[in-house]
Amino acid sequence: MLEIKDLTCGYDSEFLLKDINFRIETGELVGIIGPNGSGKTTLLRAITRVLKPRKGSIIFEGKNVWQMTFKELAKKIAVVSQNFETSFMNIEEFVLLGRIPHYEKFQFLETKKDVEIAEKCMGLADTFRLKDRLMGEISGGERQLALIARALAQEPKLILLDEPTAHLDITHQVGVLDLIKRLNEEFGLTVIMGLHDLNLASEYCQRLILINEGRIHKIGQPQEVLDFQIIEEVYKTVVVVEKNPISSKPYILIVSEEERQRRGK
Amino acid sequence: MREKTIRWAFWTAVLCSLLLGTVLFSLCIGSVGISLKKIIEVICEGNTSTEYSILFDIRLPRIILGFAIGGALSIAGVILQGMFRNPLVEPYTLGISGGAALGVCLNIVLRLNHTLGLFSLPLFGFLGANLVIMLVYSLSIRRGILKIQGLLLTGIMISFIASSLIMFIMAISRVEDLHGIVFWIMGSLEEPNWFLIKLSVLVSILGLIISYRFSLDLNAFSLGEEEASHLGINIERTKRSLFVLASLLTGCSVSVAGIIGFVGLVVPHFVRMFVGSDHRILLISSFICGAIFLIFCDTLARTIISPLELPVGVITGILGGSLFIYALSKKQAVLGGK
Repeated sequence: MLEIKDLTCGYDSEFLLKDINFRIETGELVGIIGPNGSGKTTLLRAITRVLKPRKGSIIFEGKNVWQMTFKELAKKIAVVSQNFETSFMNIEEFVLLGRIPHYEKFQFLETKKDVEIAEKCMGLADTFRLKDRLMGEISGGERQLALIARALAQEPKLILLDEPTAHLDITHQVGVLDLIKRLNEEFGLTVIMGLHDLNLASEYCQRLILINEGRIHKIGQPQEVLDFQIIEEVYKTVVVVEKNPISSKPYILIVSEEERQRRGK
Repeated sequence: MREKTIRWAFWTAVLCSLLLGTVLFSLCIGSVGISLKKIIEVICEGNTSTEYSILFDIRLPRIILGFAIGGALSIAGVILQGMFRNPLVEPYTLGISGGAALGVCLNIVLRLNHTLGLFSLPLFGFLGANLVIMLVYSLSIRRGILKIQGLLLTGIMISFIASSLIMFIMAISRVEDLHGIVFWIMGSLEEPNWFLIKLSVLVSILGLIISYRFSLDLNAFSLGEEEASHLGINIERTKRSLFVLASLLTGCSVSVAGIIGFVGLVVPHFVRMFVGSDHRILLISSFICGAIFLIFCDTLARTIISPLELPVGVITGILGGSLFIYALSKKQAVLGGK
């Protein structure tokens, strides 16, 4: 579905991403992990045409994204990003904005179908009960769900999420990721998400792409990527990798300086 | 959804009837009071009485011009606020009016309106406005991110520079041009030339229609530029079109009526409180409300110290400036410190 070939891109003169190559098949749930500033967000921005590649190409369904119109792209790829500006909009209006790519040329009012789709998406993301509340007055977790509902209203084939669990408590972390997993399994939605939390990435993603200093360090299943040697090399932190007793996925435990010194003695 | 359409239709109807009321009020009031009944009589009698010429040669042109300029400045304000995502920007606070006035002054001093025709006045206003808009935007954007904080300051400084340059032009210009320039700086709806009045009506209505085509794009802009592009909006092209549109509306208004500040700030501010921030209704209601506001201010301007007359820019400046300070002090609470 998505193929990235020899991608090099960045801001102004510095290159943040170098020689990125990978493929994503329809129906996958892929996590992008890596330290702060390694280029996770940059990669997501490159896929959605916010950043122009210096070299290489991004092929979506056999077509270079730079040869597609913004509208065409927005009907197929939806983005849930971190940079969100609070606005005086209620949730329903906000989710309806996701229908903009589907409007006809001289259409100004949403049709009945648009409203139905928006309501369905709010239902899926459990935000229907909030539909008359303002975006500014709901909690961070609810806002994240509303952002996902809006992305779903675009009826995309691929959804990109940038740190969907940042600043959320565990209830909402699990809620958001369960929703994404369900969308992936039930509706065949292809998902790429940038994640900070390695354990959440391990638990929910089928494949992980580990980026370090703008290059791909390792791609593979969680048990292949989340190896203690790889993690220690990339994150420069001492870790212990165990198996989650419930899901038998790798689980990363950190070791504090105090403990390291005590063990060292 | 039908509920929303009905609400919008309701507001449009309310504003339209208010507009009609203001127009009638403005026709009646003045140094010579003419009652509503008398107006009908005068119209029936035709072009004979002095009242007829007061109504149709003095008051009506000002009302029509007030309609066009008030509407044009208001939607220019809505467009700029939508694009910059800041409720305090408008043609005047961003220095766009100043730029347009500078263009017009240059035109007067170089006497280009005599050689190139009257049409060159709005053209120069447009060019000046466009120049400032590009300047403000490129100065306040770094790495593709709009620095809202610097925006207003840049705009106000550009306003200062423009007004200093205008004063410089005044200092070296001929006495007979001076009157014309002073008139532009103060802002007044007194315009004897029907061609310019018709032109501004045309530009403002066209501006409303064209801006309406962008109403959904403006809605998407409220989420931020990157988010808007994720919703399938061609940011660069949309911004360019809206810049041209805003400078056309401002340039044309300034070249005909001079600098009338804060209309684009006051009107959308109040309209938003009633109809919400959806641009599909905001643009239309701001246009009508702007027309009402300016016609009303102009009526005040010509009656308050009658028989003398105040420039309408003085009234809008006092009203708008106070509101600006009020909104700025409240902004922290409303916009979360942004």
